Amino acid sequence: MYSAERRLKALFVAGLAGNASEYRSFLSELTRHLRGYLRKRIPQLHDDVEDLVQEILLAVHNARHTYRPDEPLTAWVHAIARYKLMDFFRTRARRESLHEPLDEHDDIFAEADDEPADARRDVGKLLGHLPDKQRLSILHVKLQGLSVAEAAQLTGLSESAVKVSIHRGLKALAAHVRRIA
Amino acid sequence: MRTDDLVGLLSTGITPVRRSTAARRFGISLPIAAIGATALMATVFGVRPDLGAVVNTPIFWEKLALPLCLAIGALIATVRLARPGARIGAGWPVMTTPVLVVWVAAIMVVFTAAPEDRLPAILGHSWRSCPFNILLLAVPGFIATFWAVKGLAPTSLRLAGAASGLVASSIATVAYCFHCPEMSPAFWSIWYMAGMLLPAALGAVLGPKFLRW
Repeated sequence: MYSAERRLKALFVAGLAGNASEYRSFLSELTRHLRGYLRKRIPQLHDDVEDLVQEILLAVHNARHTYRPDEPLTAWVHAIARYKLMDFFRTRARRESLHEPLDEHDDIFAEADDEPADARRDVGKLLGHLPDKQRLSILHVKLQGLSVAEAAQLTGLSESAVKVSIHRGLKALAAHVRRIA
Repeated sequence: MRTDDLVGLLSTGITPVRRSTAARRFGISLPIAAIGATALMATVFGVRPDLGAVVNTPIFWEKLALPLCLAIGALIATVRLARPGARIGAGWPVMTTPVLVVWVAAIMVVFTAAPEDRLPAILGHSWRSCPFNILLLAVPGFIATFWAVKGLAPTSLRLAGAASGLVASSIATVAYCFHCPEMSPAFWSIWYMAGMLLPAALGAVLGPKFLRW
């Protein structure tokens, strides 16, 4: 546990400084931890685990500016995971109290297959709901791997506008994910 | 989208994270709270006409110290609660000490006063309106603090909402001190406290709805 904290923290802090490959390792390892954490807590809601993992990953990413290196990363991540899990329970309880069927969003999940590790909600499709500026900035930089400068040229935006659009787009994406949860 | 792809998306093309987000957000919200409350106080209620004379008395500064200390404590608590997993911590002693001091002072005032002077010391002239006046002055700060906190990913929404409400109301009370003519600790210990707790309670109610992220 202690060594996981140290290793994850080193990767995460490098990610905060802008190191993409270390950050990717952090997120991959976090994904495994989150799956374990959630499978233990909501074993009866097996199908929701992967959606929640993705929602928590987005939340961790969007909140990463609130982490302070002088505190344990475990506590910070756990607080976010627990918050999202509680939020999930509340949303579910509210929906059930309204007597709406749980599978009301079937059309959105139409592409899901039987593989347990598949999310039912498609974050990629949700990207399509974002405004063009945000969608294109994320598409070019985050999916096609172009530099901010190249994306700025392609979209006709300034470089700082591209960065802001990515930031806002990922926040908006998290909000969409929350609404569909 | 598979989780692996999402991990790829999130980690691709990242830029270094700016560290001063909390300072920046509170650097915007606090002036709004202070200027908003002061402007409302000056236009709606008016600065007390004898301000020039009372600023030379220690009791005026003692009165100002109560909401000022609470504002500092509430701000410490709010800055902490605005981030994932943090607790109130050091905010507690800074918030509770001024309240204890003013209550001790209030009890002394009431006990040493002649029986017929006790109730007037507690009720003053404005006990009916005082808490609601403070509530009004707290409105700009309430909105601004909620905005600042929401952007920092709080995870205890009720507590964070209450602390935000207290930041707004204690700053509002500092501004209100420049209007309010009441000069008895017995009055402040009840009605100022009520005025500061009302927005805090409101924050606890509204936090889960408006701070959700």
